[in-house]
Amino acid sequence: MPINITMPALSPTMEEGTLAKWLVKEGDTVKSGMIIAEIETDKATMEVEAVDEGKVGKLVVPAGTEGVKVNAVIAVLLEEGESAGDVKALAAAPAKAEPAAAPKAATSVPAPSPTLVTPAKAGAQTSVAVMERPGGVRIMASPLARRIAANKGIDLKALKGSGPHGRIIRRDVENAKPGAAQPAPGGAPMTADGLILPQILDDRVYAPDTYDLKPLDGMRKTVAKRLTQSFMQVPHFPLNIDIQLDNLLESRAAINAAAPKDVKISVNDLLIKAAALALIDEPDCNASYTDKGIAYHRHANISVAVAVEGGLITPVIFKAEGKGLAEISEEMKDLANRARERKLKPQEYMGGTFSISNLGMFGVRSFASIINPPEGMILSVGAGEKRAVVDEAGAIVARTVMSVTLTCDHRVIGGAEGAKWLAAFKRYVETPEAMLL
Amino acid sequence: MSTPYDLIVIGSGPGGYVAAIRASQLGMKTAIVERESLGGICLNWGCIPTKALLRSAEVLHLAKQAKSFGLKIENPSFDLEAVVKRSRGVASQLSNGVTFLMKKNKIDVIEGTARLEKGAPAPKVIVKGKDGKDTPYTAKHVMLATGARARDIPQAGLVADGKLVWTYREAMTPDVMPKRLLVVGSGAIGIEFASFYNELGADVTVVEVMDRILPVEDAEISAFAEKDFRKQGLNILTGAKVENVKAGKNVVTADITTKDGKKETKEFDRAILAVGIVGNVENLGLEALGVKIEKTHVIVDGFGRTGVPGLYAIGDLTGPPWLAHKASHEGVTCVEGIAGKNHAEPFDASNIPGCTYSHPQVASVGLTEAAAKAKGYDIKVGRFPFIGNGKAIALGAENGLVKTIFDKKTGELLGAHMIGAEVTELIQGYVIARQGELTEADLLHTVFAHPTLSETMHEAVLDAEGRALHI
Repeated sequence: MPINITMPALSPTMEEGTLAKWLVKEGDTVKSGMIIAEIETDKATMEVEAVDEGKVGKLVVPAGTEGVKVNAVIAVLLEEGESAGDVKALAAAPAKAEPAAAPKAATSVPAPSPTLVTPAKAGAQTSVAVMERPGGVRIMASPLARRIAANKGIDLKALKGSGPHGRIIRRDVENAKPGAAQPAPGGAPMTADGLILPQILDDRVYAPDTYDLKPLDGMRKTVAKRLTQSFMQVPHFPLNIDIQLDNLLESRAAINAAAPKDVKISVNDLLIKAAALALIDEPDCNASYTDKGIAYHRHANISVAVAVEGGLITPVIFKAEGKGLAEISEEMKDLANRARERKLKPQEYMGGTFSISNLGMFGVRSFASIINPPEGMILSVGAGEKRAVVDEAGAIVARTVMSVTLTCDHRVIGGAEGAKWLAAFKRYVETPEAMLL
Repeated sequence: MSTPYDLIVIGSGPGGYVAAIRASQLGMKTAIVERESLGGICLNWGCIPTKALLRSAEVLHLAKQAKSFGLKIENPSFDLEAVVKRSRGVASQLSNGVTFLMKKNKIDVIEGTARLEKGAPAPKVIVKGKDGKDTPYTAKHVMLATGARARDIPQAGLVADGKLVWTYREAMTPDVMPKRLLVVGSGAIGIEFASFYNELGADVTVVEVMDRILPVEDAEISAFAEKDFRKQGLNILTGAKVENVKAGKNVVTADITTKDGKKETKEFDRAILAVGIVGNVENLGLEALGVKIEKTHVIVDGFGRTGVPGLYAIGDLTGPPWLAHKASHEGVTCVEGIAGKNHAEPFDASNIPGCTYSHPQVASVGLTEAAAKAKGYDIKVGRFPFIGNGKAIALGAENGLVKTIFDKKTGELLGAHMIGAEVTELIQGYVIARQGELTEADLLHTVFAHPTLSETMHEAVLDAEGRALHI
């Protein structure tokens, strides 16, 4: 029996991916563990390993195919003694992604519809004349629009009709992507899950020859979706504080002077450590708002925002509170490098409890990041710069100061908790020796 | 210089006068220019008078069949002059009707021949009146609805002389009843005249260069029609060429090359040229304005815009299908576009019914089976013959066929093709189904009145599902 190779789910959020590249061709022999393909998911480019042994009978999904649903058959492997003829039986099975989504639209139909057709022949399809919105409002859509929507797995609720009296007609569904909505005049277009869609590209606004269009890849889409969701759904507030860096810089110089040659601790490494310790000191702040309750995390898993070409990714330093600076430094370098190559594994960029985003190296003085859900807080780190400071004695002195902004999810973190965390963080940064305790 | 109009329409055919009415409804100060008779070709020399002629032929046909209905009519016959007179009367009644409609809608009718000159915001309209004097008019918008006329093909020797070699115009006001008639071209116009003269007893020969008559129709319908016409005594030569149609003193000669390559010179009393039409683009000053013209047709977008500010074109002038209802709809679309109506929809050519009023009638909408396949659709085809329909049998009109073509994937009615009694009235049901984006399921569930010919439409849908009941 030939073996189906299916689209693997490479992360819990992955619903579909792009089959970027085949590393084998039909007729190749593969062994278990061999890398056979590269898949671009919503976050990264991943390698797919063969689980079974055999000969590649057929590559069902060609390289470069976008939107391949998880579990769709992407290739067929022949076992010993099998021929290409055996492939046919299997390949006839589900290869394309769309039928899987088809039943979606039908699930919102109330009760068995009296207008369902019972065809004598299997050829005829059913049609549903009336679909109800949850509120009981009838969705006006042409029968053909309904059929096409069902075929493509498009939720009519998400569409706005351009026909007479706002009726949804063929053209409204024909261009819509499954789960997406059609641009509509007036009113912000919304997706089925209530997210506002990106701006519609309109020739009347930007003439077609005045820009270069780069298609959205998986990462760009995910970043856009998650940040939109976060910014709109998380009640967030910022807290600012100035922190003097002179002690930290001195300590860093001393540490690096004493460290083995290949170890070089960055300011950022120190800030990761300080943030982790502050989270352990203020456990109320190491929290996530979830549907089941507030999750108070036992460890400080620090996500660090890394800009990569085409987006942004946040690899995680797990249990940073217990790690030494050298360890943090080394891990960070490795994660950042692999992030830029889009080679991170999902478990390396998921599971953070707190994020740090640092734009200090660009000279940014102060900014407020968008929360990285389900984390409760994100720290935005500005540039360390010489500023005039009034010291304890009342004298104006030059000190290296950085401004940081803590953006908090108000559902889990109050102003006072956030402030206490900032105070703790400030203490660690201004008195780095405390990190040794 | 007169007061400026919001819209001046040039040409008062079914495209122009309907556009003018719509403009008036939308509050535009509107004028319409006509060089001949209000209503244009359609009312005066096309659709309407030919329908009057064909009705006479149909009544004659029924009278001849009287016996089969249990009636006694001795030697039914006709008076050609009276038949033509009736047809002219119908045309004139309708033209007067348009005069009334213009008045009712406060549309100024300007008699004369228009030409355009550069102007802003729209070209200036100069009308040469019957007295030969030029009067300039200005408007914010100018719509060309000048229509089209029969095409000559001089290089093949196909030129009408208006005496023995006719266009549709002379063909509907015949001076004599030709004994031997040549009809060149088997589109709707050719076939309608062929059908009319055949019914009146002429020996009619139809020559079509394509491999079948009514070439824009579904091949099955063409074949059905050809078989029926042959039975009625029509000579049909398909895949054949006509050249050198020459008018002698009393007879016309023509070189006909048949499918098998045999060339013969044949003699007829009259010939009708129905080899297509050309747009009336001349003497309007379009070249100077920079209007884009391709093969005698003005190039426009979905709202009739020509690309010259303030200048629009609609109807036959903008290309096929050359149908009155296409022109009317384009006219309305164009005016609504000008008025900036919220729900103005650009013109959509995919859902225009085509009708041929021969005996039997032919009507269709959407894609033919071949076109649907060529477009890559996976299709379901349904057929139902009139012989399975009670009403058709009661009418003595059991010769007919309805054919439906559905997209298997979506259930969309891609096309419907009909031949038989009154199908030109029936086709509208399918046109509405297509416009409303109904699927096969909706049509299956529609209740059709019994006994009616329209039940054949239902059955043809059922048959596409393998569920036809009365066959």
